[in-house]
Amino acid sequence: MAHSGPMTDWRKAKLPVFAFLAPATLIYTLFMIYPLIDSIRLSFFSATNGGDLAFVGLDNYRTVLSDPDWSHTFWNSFWNNMKFFAVHMLVQNPIGIALAAVLSLPRLKFRNSYRTLIFMPTMLSVVIVGFIWQLILSPVWGVGADILDIVGLKSLFGPWLGKEGSALITLAFISVWQWVGIPMMLIYAALLAIPEDLVDAAIVDGASHFEVFWYIKLPLVLPTVAMVSILTFVGNFNAFDLIYAVKGALAGPNFSTDIMGTLFYRTFFGYQLQLGNPTLGATVASLMFLIILAGVLFYLFVVQRRLSRYQL
Amino acid sequence: MSNKFVAKGLAAALAASVALVPLMAQAGDLVIESWRNDDIDIWNDKIIPAFNEKHPDIHVSFKPTTPTEYNAALNAKLSGGTAGDLIACRPFDASLELYKQGNLVSLNDLPGMDNFSDVAKSAWQTDDGSTTFCVPIASVIHGFIYNKEAFDEVGVEVPKTTEEFFQVLDKIKEDGTYIPMAMGTADQWEAATMGFQNIGPNHWKGEEGRKALIDGSAKFTDKPYVDTFKELARWKDYLPDGFEAISYPDAQNLFSLGRAAIYPAGSWDISLFNKQADFKFGAFPPPPPAGSDTCYISDHTDIGMGLNAHSKNAKDAKVFLEWMTGPDFAQLYSNALPGFFSLSNAKVKIEDPVAQEFVSWRQKCKSTIRNSYQILSRGTPNLENELWNVSAQVINGTLTPEQASEKVEDGLKKWYAPHQK
Repeated sequence: MAHSGPMTDWRKAKLPVFAFLAPATLIYTLFMIYPLIDSIRLSFFSATNGGDLAFVGLDNYRTVLSDPDWSHTFWNSFWNNMKFFAVHMLVQNPIGIALAAVLSLPRLKFRNSYRTLIFMPTMLSVVIVGFIWQLILSPVWGVGADILDIVGLKSLFGPWLGKEGSALITLAFISVWQWVGIPMMLIYAALLAIPEDLVDAAIVDGASHFEVFWYIKLPLVLPTVAMVSILTFVGNFNAFDLIYAVKGALAGPNFSTDIMGTLFYRTFFGYQLQLGNPTLGATVASLMFLIILAGVLFYLFVVQRRLSRYQL
Repeated sequence: MSNKFVAKGLAAALAASVALVPLMAQAGDLVIESWRNDDIDIWNDKIIPAFNEKHPDIHVSFKPTTPTEYNAALNAKLSGGTAGDLIACRPFDASLELYKQGNLVSLNDLPGMDNFSDVAKSAWQTDDGSTTFCVPIASVIHGFIYNKEAFDEVGVEVPKTTEEFFQVLDKIKEDGTYIPMAMGTADQWEAATMGFQNIGPNHWKGEEGRKALIDGSAKFTDKPYVDTFKELARWKDYLPDGFEAISYPDAQNLFSLGRAAIYPAGSWDISLFNKQADFKFGAFPPPPPAGSDTCYISDHTDIGMGLNAHSKNAKDAKVFLEWMTGPDFAQLYSNALPGFFSLSNAKVKIEDPVAQEFVSWRQKCKSTIRNSYQILSRGTPNLENELWNVSAQVINGTLTPEQASEKVEDGLKKWYAPHQK
């Protein structure tokens, strides 16, 4: 992107530039960068019997990644997290794109009502979402079984949140239901920015609505889709609240819903009779940071550079 | 007097009063940290007013957090220096660790500590028993609560042996009106606490078995433990449909709405059922196998109260703790919270009939505490968490009793020397 404005006179601008940047830089450093660096520092220490911290180098990382107890738990939570992310990528984002495409159809009525309704769950507290869905899916009081009964599929109903094979996927779907409004809104905004004459020209050339979407609109919003993907990635690998609200920090059954956020919580703060271990917890947190960092770097250097952008 | 002077004077007075307010609020202000958020009314309406009758100048406030978050929240508050003056103590290691870190103080010289037996104090002592750091408050007893009307309707009696227990369950199941047993495995801990630790002492002979596990002469792969898991695995057929996704409150509601006949209970459930159930209910201890002459119950030291080492009101806090060692508190607590049984030696008269039934088992059965609490949950993997996991899996049918025993023993063997022989 080339600068088209007048050249900046840096000698004149210096003071205001620093004055404007200072508050944000200070606050960001104090509340984000410093805690991040401090928790990475903590991960190189271990508590001695007296409660003092002793420098142990990479020992904590060795424990988490190679000690059979820890590494099994760690990689289990990592793969569960990947599955959680995959469900969001394969379900949440396509649905978000489809909803945005439908919302941007020119002749749609009640557009604003739909938009508000679909966005509503995003504004609910995770605890409430977890509670509502636990009630809906409850084998005792839930309406889930009754609704399936209406369409004659009651035999398919099961205690999904309690089965090892289905609990994580069910939780991922609940999360998708809650968050689908975000990709929808972002992509909807990008679709609105596409000039009418491009679409009109395509229709004059004989393209159907679907062809207009597939060959013209989608390529134009791909940069937004990529951004939504990376937001999903960061959000999912930081996820914790829904699993904790529904399954607790022990993320049962048999750790099948354990993701890195819950593993971190258990390690750092402890759980029931398990005492918290701040240094190992900081190690898990630092590993989460590295994984997210790797994902973001991959996006910045591999994905983003290959995206073609069109000047509209 | 000029206006300026008045303004200055007002400002000074204002500044002085602002500076004084926090000081005044602090003097005699005690904050209690606890995980018993269910008990907030009882503390505010009964216990604290009773204390204030004797010590009107000490203001006490009860500030609980939810049980599952208590340990984490408390540790964070302690390291941030914002924890309350009095700290409800979990039994054994969690509190021992707090004492070792210097967050709790020794209460050896607190007057009134000799009102408690050594067993009562053991949950809040250093390993050598030389220092006690929390005032024992109460224990909870495990057993089964049953719907008396359901038993009459189906025509079954309270079971005396394990075999009778399953016959009763079979009859209720055949009858079909009631869910035989209300429990789920979604929260996992009920499977371990109300399941494994409830029926287990009859198999491993209470304290005898618990101590043998600690000194390494017994293993989780031994017959008593496999048998406990085997008995637990049989529960599956009597639980409600979809029990894998049924949580603890679901199970409580199933019972208190009268839809289930038997409820594997902790005595603390009594007060909730008193409030919610509109039918008569009773309790029976975990039935021992036929032919065994002694019965064992889990009578678990559950809650104590310690003094925050960094409390600014240590003197007042000690006054409160001393009051807690006395007979008034024992009487008040046991009756305000039926199902929490005072650990004090004082004679306490319990009025609630079901709570009376629970406490009467102390006379005819031998008491023990949960076997994972003392020493054995110090390592990684954590024994208590492992027991939650495998007990739930045994009931779900995803682990066999033998596999469950092996998994628990393997975990313990990894870090606990007496089990490595």
